[in-house]
Amino acid sequence: MAQAYEIDEKKTPTSKTITLRIARFNPEHDSDTTFMDFSVNVEKWTTVLEAILDVKQHFDHSVAVRYSCRQATCGSCGMVINGKPRLACFTKVSELNSDTVTVEPMHNFPIIRDLAVRFDRLFNTHHKVKPYLIRDDSEITSNTTKELLQSPEELEQFIQFSNCIKCGLCNSACPTMATDSSFVGPQALAQAYRYVADSRDKGKDTRLKIIDESHGIWRCHFAGSCSQVCPKGVDPAMGIQFLRGYMLGFRS
Amino acid sequence: MNPHDEHKEGIGGMANPRRYGIERVAYWLMRLTGLGLLGYFIAHIYETSNILRGRVGWEEFLDLTQTTEGHIFMTLVIGMCVFHTVNGIRIMLGHGGIGVGKPARPDYPYIPASQNSRHKIGIYSAIVLAAIAMMYGMAVMFGE
Ligand code: HEM
Ligand code: SF4
Ligand code: FES
Repeated sequence: MAQAYEIDEKKTPTSKTITLRIARFNPEHDSDTTFMDFSVNVEKWTTVLEAILDVKQHFDHSVAVRYSCRQATCGSCGMVINGKPRLACFTKVSELNSDTVTVEPMHNFPIIRDLAVRFDRLFNTHHKVKPYLIRDDSEITSNTTKELLQSPEELEQFIQFSNCIKCGLCNSACPTMATDSSFVGPQALAQAYRYVADSRDKGKDTRLKIIDESHGIWRCHFAGSCSQVCPKGVDPAMGIQFLRGYMLGFRS
Repeated sequence: MNPHDEHKEGIGGMANPRRYGIERVAYWLMRLTGLGLLGYFIAHIYETSNILRGRVGWEEFLDLTQTTEGHIFMTLVIGMCVFHTVNGIRIMLGHGGIGVGKPARPDYPYIPASQNSRHKIGIYSAIVLAAIAMMYGMAVMFGE
């Protein structure tokens, strides 16, 4: 049974009361997730993160949640909201069209506590694809003032992929990540493409070799769920298919 | 839950076709029909190996397909075949980076270009063609 709590707050004429259902789990002493229900007043513009912070401020400060920027920039507040991975700070309660908002920790990430999850795996896979420009050392060390010029068209090739905020929503929605503990994942693959598509980069062959392994790019089935949940328009599925296009010889 | 649990969504989440649009439905149908066809292929080899039992054994087994259940089974196989092939061609093109859109500076509300109407039409065509083939198959088999 879910426990129910109500916050005694002044209502404004435009506010609405909803039930915020928060998943509680502490791996140190809980054997299973339980849900706690809180009645919160929300306005048309209230975000899910603000509703959670309302609960922390007025009722239970022990609810664990990670956030920082509150403006879809830091990538900290990813969680499953009414069944789908979304950023809590970028999701308004009103857009969910539901009187009950359920928040749970992201899938495919180990739980630290409640809504906070570990990012070790995402950072490792991100690091694995060498997310930086690869150039011959001599080019950079011998001439430190050298500029690597780029045309607007060249920029257009990768700029959308550089919007990634490492929030992990894509990895949480991915059907392969759901069952495969070793899959490199859409976030890292999209970043591999971001650098491969950069005209200043010379690491294409190195990166294609890194992702050409049994738990690498070939585990992507182009279900596209990553692209549907990405809050920054990165479209990882597009980048992944382009990478595979190089590897299968459809693109050069 | 174990503290070191990776909290993976598991097979239930992988196979849930309801949350991420028609593309995820296609993903799910592709797996299901792939496995279904594999099952049929194995059964088919077993069935045709009945020829080793001579003409009587062969015909005995063939009679199984002349029942109502046999017809329904064959209708499903036709549907699986058509969906898997048509959607398979779409996926192979997509896997080659064909028809998945062009990179561009993203603009809110960030509609992903890879989830475009060409691919959606491909998926719906696979479903519609499978349905037509199944209806045609049923008309032939049940119309005898
Ligand atoms: C011309 C006909 C066919 C085409 C174009 C085709 C195409 C494909 C493609 C592109 C995939 C990969 C899908 C993905 O990445 O998710 C696939 C998967 C698969 N196919 Fe086929 N296929 C055909 C016929 C068959 C037949 C006859 C069988 C059975 C004997 C079969 C069994 C499978 C299986 C078991 C899978 C794996 C399903 C999965 O793990 O998702 N396919 N097929
Ligand atoms: S690709 Fe999108 S969903 Fe995935 S981590 Fe980057 S910003 Fe988040
Ligand atoms: S708090 Fe920074 S992305 Fe939501």
